[in-house]
Amino acid sequence: MDNLLSLVTFLPLIGAVVLLAFLRGEDAMAQKNAKLLALFTTSATFVLSLFVLAGFDPADTGFQFVEERPWLGGLTYKMGVDGVSILFVMLTTFLMPIVIGASWEVTDRVKEYMVAFLVLETLMIGVFTALDLVLFYLFFEAGLIPMFLIIGIWGGKERIYASFKFFLYTFLGSVLMLVAMIAMWMQAGTSDIPTLMAYDFASDPIAVLGITVVGGVQTLLFLAFFASFAVKMPMWPVHTWLPDAHVQAPTAGSVVLAAILLKMGGYGFLRFSLPMFPVGSLVMQDFVFLLSVVAIVYTSLVALVQEDMKKLIAYSSVAHMGFVTMGIFAFNQQGLDGAIFQMLSHGFISGALFLIVGVIYDRMHTRDIEAYGGLVVRMPVYALVFMLFTMGNVGLPGTSGFVGEFLTLAGVFQVNTWVAFFAAFGVILSAAYALWLYRRVVFGDLIKGSLKTIGDMTARERLLFAPLVAATLILGVYPALILDVIGPSVAALVESQQSAMAASAAVLASN
Amino acid sequence: MIASNLAVVAPEAVLAVVAMAFLMWGAFSARDASGPILWASAVVLALAGLWVGFQPEGTRFAFDGSFVSDGFARFAKVLILFGAAAALALSHDYLQRTGLLKFEYPVLILLSSVGMMTMVSARDLIVLYMGLELQSLAAYVIAAFRRDSLRSTEAGLKYFVLGALSSGLLLYGASLTYGYAGTTAFAGIGPVIGDGPMPLGLLFGLVFLAAGMAFKISAAPFHMWTPDVYEGSPTPVTLFFATAPKVAAAAMFARLLFDAFGAAIPDWQQILVFLSIASMFLGAVAAIGQRNIKRLMAYSSINHMGFALMGLAAGTEAGAQALLIYLAIYVVMNVGTFAFILNMRKDGKPVTDIGSLGLYSQVAPARAAALAVLMFSMAGVPPLVGFFGKFYVLVAAIDAGLFWLAVAGVIASVIAAYYYLRIVYLMYFGEAVEGLDGPMPGLHWVFLGASAAAMVLGVVNLFGVETIAAAAAATLFQ
Repeated sequence: MDNLLSLVTFLPLIGAVVLLAFLRGEDAMAQKNAKLLALFTTSATFVLSLFVLAGFDPADTGFQFVEERPWLGGLTYKMGVDGVSILFVMLTTFLMPIVIGASWEVTDRVKEYMVAFLVLETLMIGVFTALDLVLFYLFFEAGLIPMFLIIGIWGGKERIYASFKFFLYTFLGSVLMLVAMIAMWMQAGTSDIPTLMAYDFASDPIAVLGITVVGGVQTLLFLAFFASFAVKMPMWPVHTWLPDAHVQAPTAGSVVLAAILLKMGGYGFLRFSLPMFPVGSLVMQDFVFLLSVVAIVYTSLVALVQEDMKKLIAYSSVAHMGFVTMGIFAFNQQGLDGAIFQMLSHGFISGALFLIVGVIYDRMHTRDIEAYGGLVVRMPVYALVFMLFTMGNVGLPGTSGFVGEFLTLAGVFQVNTWVAFFAAFGVILSAAYALWLYRRVVFGDLIKGSLKTIGDMTARERLLFAPLVAATLILGVYPALILDVIGPSVAALVESQQSAMAASAAVLASN
Repeated sequence: MIASNLAVVAPEAVLAVVAMAFLMWGAFSARDASGPILWASAVVLALAGLWVGFQPEGTRFAFDGSFVSDGFARFAKVLILFGAAAALALSHDYLQRTGLLKFEYPVLILLSSVGMMTMVSARDLIVLYMGLELQSLAAYVIAAFRRDSLRSTEAGLKYFVLGALSSGLLLYGASLTYGYAGTTAFAGIGPVIGDGPMPLGLLFGLVFLAAGMAFKISAAPFHMWTPDVYEGSPTPVTLFFATAPKVAAAAMFARLLFDAFGAAIPDWQQILVFLSIASMFLGAVAAIGQRNIKRLMAYSSINHMGFALMGLAAGTEAGAQALLIYLAIYVVMNVGTFAFILNMRKDGKPVTDIGSLGLYSQVAPARAAALAVLMFSMAGVPPLVGFFGKFYVLVAAIDAGLFWLAVAGVIASVIAAYYYLRIVYLMYFGEAVEGLDGPMPGLHWVFLGASAAAMVLGVVNLFGVETIAAAAAATLFQ
């Protein structure tokens, strides 16, 4: 199979086309068929992606399953995965059947809904497999269209504001990246990502508008990419689109947003910023640390006072992403390992938490924490699942959340003790807001009349959570499953980063 | 000698003869022949487009080098002819419904097309002016085609007065150029500039010429006529204005700058950078408040022209190529969008308020989806083809070192994305309204659907337009 990756990437799109072309009507039967076809397509994609994983050799730090074809003048259609990207592909294909399953109760414009999610899946996988600058940009940006429609059509009351904010905010960030990408293409004469990763962009100081920029072109390019990835991540202070988008998006949309779309920013740092602009990254290291620590502490505090469950989890996502950026910019094995681990684990945990909110939202049609209390009486299974993922969110040892946070903190501690010191407060604060949320929703007396008849999780819902529970626990106990796959690629990345830092240390010191 | 000249201008000559023959047909026909003449004109334009498109490679001159048929001209002509043919074919239904179906209309469009073909082939200021006036005079008349409408006559008059002003500016520039260069031939102007700084008078000539051109292309700050004329003219006329004349003016502009003033790129580059930035931002910001879709499209076209000029501002072969690609994509998008706008009606009356699109996706899902694709494409969101138009001009600008222009362009594109998104939002999650009704004629649906499909499928290889445009742009630099 020479084009296995293309097949994995475009299979959902084929499913979407089939759905559009052959499914007619809006009756219950047609809706059922749309859901089944979407479920089948996403499951088939997952199975196919398992073949990629099975054929992947972790010891090889280069790109595997590479496909290359000429595209428009000078650009190539090039796909491939390495240790950094393959698990993100797996995360996407793994979560999508769950996302479709979580949408089983949707009744409004079901066909369009499923088409939007299938198209989105193709675009998300494409982001992680593209090995050409422009191809990457294509997938990266195109995801905005289905997400805009998902929030806008199936979202909550303030969906119009949220969808516009989401689109324009992220669009503005990315177009600057496009300018930088074209500049890189012109400079290096190629848009091939592996070649660019080895290319040495100039790092001599230059003056822009009279201001001397340390790190020169590399810093400028870094900043242009940073504008895009920081918004996508999202980092404080450009995170404000996220709570709006999360709160208004339908449950499945929130899951995709938190579990996969947010990872594109972190992946971008790993794929572009670090290998291509090592000096620029070094120059901006302290700045990123500062933003990360502020994100961890400040957004944790903000999460503490939220009254809307989704908003609380959204702010907690921003805080957790702070650990990721912090780990990435530690430039050492633990930090990078931890960052990738944290992203994957956050994919499971935050996805599950949004599903958990969705379960009771489907029953009560409110996300206000005030409206709940004492659910453990009527919903014991639910309370158990909720507790597990609350613990994962807090970072309790034994869950995957612990491994990521611990590794990133360990990585940063070697570089900057103060950053690690302040970031550790995030762990405490996350325990505070997560446990308090849990107490208010699940414990206490069941006094609200409307809750007296609420039912526990159905078989479908339990089935949805089963793989997420398994993933969180297994990875928490045996993290080597992930670390062995990413390890060699990360080691290669760290090595190139360290050598570039050593080479540029003299240059930077002289400025 | 005459024969070889005529061979070069054969498409223009044939179209001119056909226009006059159709005029006779319409004037002397016993019964009303408006319908047949319109269809025949559309077919003739399309056939002329095929003819020009399949002409053999190579650069051929006529009339002592004042008229040229090269790859660049042929590329632009094909766009112009197909754009005009599409505009005519789409107008029949609307004109018939509103009682505007008169045989003069297709004849005027034919004449205007001849003018546009002359414009893009002109290598002499006098030929250029003749083509321009032939195009413009026909356009003034059709802008005021709905004689009993105050809006339409106002649009025609406004277009005429401002157009005359711009022609005056252009002529003034041409006469200054002639005075200081001693020739009206493009080929003769370059040597006068030589290597040194160009004479001040010639610089003035260049500025006035550029101002006149900017008027025709509706680049800010010479755009004032555009929204009023777009709004006031009958919608099929707006469609015509939005496509072919824009291509002709941009191509003519490119030839004038590269051919005649190619030795003075730094001088005109500043002008174009300013025109480009001003157009992109004005088109983006001013459209936000528009409720009338025709005015909105007017500002959208100003914005698009700003991007097209960015390619020109690069002053390189890649820039000329990007300009041609942008124009081709722009024409296709506009034909599709106007195929939709022409069918916006309620109780048989044309509607232009975008509020009437509320939840249109529930009324006509396929049409709404096609328009949504076109809107995303206009906003330049990948993977739709509109993105590639912007991509190529950005590449040209950055390659020429115009970083700030590129950054300004992408920021303007984000602002512009707002109003394209608003149309999508209205159709998909706006308030449900008793907005539009009426079926869509099959032909319109074909144009709308094909245009939207092209926007999606073009991601594979842009239908080869990129290489064709590269070859066409190269001929401009021989």
